[in-house]
Amino acid sequence: MSLQNEIHFTSERLQEIDVLVKKYPGKRSALLPVLHMAQKDFGYLSMAAQQLVADTLNLRLMVVREVVTFYTMFREKPCGTYLLEVCTNAGCMLNGANELLAHMTESLGIEVGETTADGMFTVTEVECAGACGGAPVVQINNEYHEKVDATYMDAFITRVSGGQS
Amino acid sequence: MISSDPKQVKAICFDRIHLENQTSLAVAKKNGAYKFLPTVLKDFDKERIVDEVKKSGLRGRGGAGFPTGLKWSFVPRNTGKPTYLLCNADEGEPGTFKDRDIMRFDPHLLIEGMLMSGFALGVKDAYIYIRGEFLHEANVLDAAIEEAYAANLLGENILGTDFSMNLTVHRGAGAYICGEETALIESLEGRPGRPRFKPPFPAVEGFYRCPTVVNNVETLATIPAILEFGGDWHAAIGVPNNTGMKIFSVSGHVNKPGNYEVPMGTSLKTLIEEYCGGLQHGTVPKVIIPGGSSTPWLLAEHYDTPLTYDAMMKAGSMLGSGAIIVMDETADVIALTRRLTHFYAHESCGQCTPCREGTGWLERVMTRVENGQGCEEDLTVLHDAATHMAGRTICALADGAAAPILSLLKHFPDEVRARLMEKAA
Repeated sequence: MSLQNEIHFTSERLQEIDVLVKKYPGKRSALLPVLHMAQKDFGYLSMAAQQLVADTLNLRLMVVREVVTFYTMFREKPCGTYLLEVCTNAGCMLNGANELLAHMTESLGIEVGETTADGMFTVTEVECAGACGGAPVVQINNEYHEKVDATYMDAFITRVSGGQS
Repeated sequence: MISSDPKQVKAICFDRIHLENQTSLAVAKKNGAYKFLPTVLKDFDKERIVDEVKKSGLRGRGGAGFPTGLKWSFVPRNTGKPTYLLCNADEGEPGTFKDRDIMRFDPHLLIEGMLMSGFALGVKDAYIYIRGEFLHEANVLDAAIEEAYAANLLGENILGTDFSMNLTVHRGAGAYICGEETALIESLEGRPGRPRFKPPFPAVEGFYRCPTVVNNVETLATIPAILEFGGDWHAAIGVPNNTGMKIFSVSGHVNKPGNYEVPMGTSLKTLIEEYCGGLQHGTVPKVIIPGGSSTPWLLAEHYDTPLTYDAMMKAGSMLGSGAIIVMDETADVIALTRRLTHFYAHESCGQCTPCREGTGWLERVMTRVENGQGCEEDLTVLHDAATHMAGRTICALADGAAAPILSLLKHFPDEVRARLMEKAA
């Protein structure tokens, strides 16, 4: 079965994938890296994107689906321009992460896991980010921000919103 | 500079970590990186390297504490199959954040450690499996590896010898279980990270069913110093059977959380009071989780316990990865336990029934208890579920999930019962 693909990798990407595949004893090892590339290129892993990855690596769609749904970093839905991932595990929790998360969702008017109506911000709760010395930790589009408090997040949100809060 | 006198050693993995621009090859070389590599590649016998590592007493820094040299010696020779070296950089145990600092501040130390280890094991292809969230660290490593290739420190005929090795950084995608070495291998093969049944162990049948060594970042980063100064030098640091320096990641209710590399055998109290600026509130910790969230809790009475694998075991816990989560008198240990049950339920790979179902039970019941909606029977359910999960699954995730529950019930039964009564009150 093949879905009608409306999306494609650029020729540069395809070259990059060719190089990548050769680094492993088996082609399938390139699946996670290629999914990261697809998510970067297309914003999220739509069914069409997953089919594209399957076709590119000559894998069955189900093999790709199994991996996409297993790993939390792979998203099957679009998220906001700014993905705000708040760690609330032990080290962060002991240093105010729950209060920070509550402040963020309240000030943005959304629940955890939701995106603001203007498509700017998605707030999610994540498991230990591995930076507990800088608790609480917030990843903003996969960049680590440490010792984050409400003031810091408010300033960030105001700044990227163009000065409006 | 690392002192050749074991008594004077201040750091091994973090020796050059605070130097500026240490990520650049030129700077790293100026500061001593790869200095000893030519000697190893040209003059060292492979068996001798394994022997030096055995002699050093180095135990795996990822959590299990298994002797590294012994692990290496399990790799069969002359199987006709390639041997792979995988660096476990999936740092995900709640509380652990040490490997990240090695990778982002001194990537060449890890590369050098992998080169020496790869040489000893006859490896042609090595991989660093790094957790997907560490994008910055992966980029730092990629840049360092590119520079190393350009300088003939990686690739074909390294430094003019007949040793060739490739090194590839491979990002995971958000799955705690991939830190378990066989799950890591599954993931590196492009599959969901579901641990394999052992035996066969990876040393015999690992990556693509070939002999494979999986070592933690800190373990590999210790190898260059061991080979330069000798196994006996390393064995003279720390205490017998628990040798060398160890990085401790300290988080929670301390004034100066962070990574501290100290000699093995330093006491918990010394680390927290002298290095971490003491507790945020009060003078006595309520709970110390010494080796990451999966290890049993210690109490104030254990404050003087030396930081060694053996002493932690004797105190009823584990040194684990050296991730110390400190809670002072203000900590809500019930809320913390509930949060950890959520973590394990979320991260269970689902292939073993006791873990898949048990972690869900623990979370649901702990949520009731935390909210003051629990009952006395819930404590029995928690205890039974936890004791029936541990040791009955392919990997140790279920044991990790059981640890906080059993610790909570053992050490704070009154606090838990008081919470149960809240609903009635």
